[in-house]
Amino acid sequence: MDWFEILWTTSFWVAAVRIATPLIFGTLGELVCERAGVLNLGIEGIMTLGAMTGWMSVYMGADLWTGVILAAMVGSLLGALHSMLTVSLGLSQHVTGIGITLLASSLSYYIYRLVLPEVTSPPRIEAFTNYPIPLLSEIPWIGEALFNQSPLTYLAFILVIVVGLVLYRTPLGLAVRTTGENPSAVEAQGMNVIGIRTGAVMFGSALMAIAGAFLTMSAFNAFFFNMVNGRGWICIALVVFASWHPGKALFGALLFAAFDAYQMRLQQVIGSAIPYQVFLMLPYLLSIVALILISRRVAIPQALMIPYRKGER
Amino acid sequence: MRLEPRSEVSPVRFILAPVAAVIASLLLCSGLILWSGASVFEAYWMMLTGSIGSSFALAETLSRATPLIFTGLAAAVAFRARFWNIGAEGQLYAGALMVTFLGTGEINIHEGLLPPILFMGSFAAGSLWLFLPSLIKIRFQVDEVVTTLLLNFVMLLLVSLLLEGPLKDPMGLGWPQAAPVLESAELPRLVQGLRVHAGLIIAVILALLIWQLQIRTTLGFEMRAVGLSRNASQFAGMRVGNILLITALISGGLAGLAGYSEVAGLKGNLTLDLSPGFGYTGIVVAMLAQLHPLGVIGSAFFVACIFVGADAMSRSVGVPNYIADVVVATSLLCMLVSMLQIKYRIRWKS
Repeated sequence: MDWFEILWTTSFWVAAVRIATPLIFGTLGELVCERAGVLNLGIEGIMTLGAMTGWMSVYMGADLWTGVILAAMVGSLLGALHSMLTVSLGLSQHVTGIGITLLASSLSYYIYRLVLPEVTSPPRIEAFTNYPIPLLSEIPWIGEALFNQSPLTYLAFILVIVVGLVLYRTPLGLAVRTTGENPSAVEAQGMNVIGIRTGAVMFGSALMAIAGAFLTMSAFNAFFFNMVNGRGWICIALVVFASWHPGKALFGALLFAAFDAYQMRLQQVIGSAIPYQVFLMLPYLLSIVALILISRRVAIPQALMIPYRKGER
Repeated sequence: MRLEPRSEVSPVRFILAPVAAVIASLLLCSGLILWSGASVFEAYWMMLTGSIGSSFALAETLSRATPLIFTGLAAAVAFRARFWNIGAEGQLYAGALMVTFLGTGEINIHEGLLPPILFMGSFAAGSLWLFLPSLIKIRFQVDEVVTTLLLNFVMLLLVSLLLEGPLKDPMGLGWPQAAPVLESAELPRLVQGLRVHAGLIIAVILALLIWQLQIRTTLGFEMRAVGLSRNASQFAGMRVGNILLITALISGGLAGLAGYSEVAGLKGNLTLDLSPGFGYTGIVVAMLAQLHPLGVIGSAFFVACIFVGADAMSRSVGVPNYIADVVVATSLLCMLVSMLQIKYRIRWKS
């Protein structure tokens, strides 16, 4: 098989959609936070804690969907903490976010070690299995990639549509978007800026936690250290790449994942002529290049990272 | 919740802020210790004696504080100018790589010149690794947080690549580690038989120098001004881009020196586990010090106490040593709230 034929294999496209799933959840979550004017750098840690919570609940005997819901709840709790500090108290969103990431990831590792002190190889769980959608999954080529996936993948696609509709077609979405552009205008309409921002950050953080839960409950079926491995930071780059638009975020995540799946297969084709680390670097470098290319055209929410205090300008 | 500005800022509150934050975080984390079944008092006592209870423990804590002073200064310098360098981890490894290139005998350098060359080389390497994202920031307005974070992963992969390839020590029994640095390149131990080394002296001197730079020079003033308001600085005729770039070069260089001090002072060679997140912990160190260079020395010592103490405690009472990371992260968040209270009063009812 040479480098071009990879693109025609079904397994490549199946893998691309699978790799994209956590990125879709994470990017969507960050997007909702940023649209309301709050940068959430806690994403990397929230994903880790979501991964641990989902996995641990199932390991303790809960069923899979309960695990997902628990992960989402823990995520929104961290979101509440982040917004209490950055929205209510108006603290630096950069430093608070890094703090949340440090706290959430160290808490995950602490709890994991506390429950399983002596374990060396991470125990596996009965994870989500692929659920082929009748008829649709039989379409050649596309069917296998899009309609024979984990239920969480379908949830991700549905959420893109729901978030897109809510943001652009409902009064609530208008309020969230305006809060990110001009909070004083929202206040003037008699709405509560602090409340809207807190809600958006809690919802977004719940999505980030589900992104993490996908890793332990549908991809690797176990929890291990450093498993999120920068995916959260890549989501933050993808939000910029998508110009804060849910549809473009889906496209960006799929494009990125396709590239990731491609480099993994290319490694096998090329063999050891190029060290494998070079391939692993590419996704990170690609994110940086994408940020530079898009930088001239970004429509950044005007009030992003600016804390809102009533009566202050 | 509502914030009410205080009419005057009392110096007492300024000094009490970090103390209050630390106490609050220890109280918050005691819940986690209780959950593990250990006694909270015993656990914290173990942490205290395990970190400063004997000359051996104290030396261990000081050697752990050394890289944290470097990375803490790196964060403090950058954050003062509101330049968010979250890439100290990568810059640390860049410095360590340079020490390995120059100091393992591959390149012939006169013995006496080796230490100063390694010092400058690792500073330059750290600067260079931050040069790229700062240029992107200044030229294209791309947020430096994401780029510096992503470059940490790139640097770790680069180190892994080099350690499995050209830099692999043939005497390393197949482990991915670099050859040890020459004896003439090593930083001397301060006390015979203990791990605390001359890197600590360099770190303290640098903290003093940075402090003097900030309060006595025009550059230091400009760095603070740019941090307070970009627009006002621009309006006053400062070249904001250049000042940010210089700030970045100093910050990256300081983080690079952490790599030099760890390789030449403690470990002897470069491995992939050279730093257990010193770059990220440096951010906490800087915030606990309220970005003051001299405060960094104290807060690095405190954070080192937590890490070394937690290792000792987890051996004797069986609380996982990740508790140290939790305490440190909680301290950061408590410190942010605590610093806010220096200037504002928090009213819970609006």
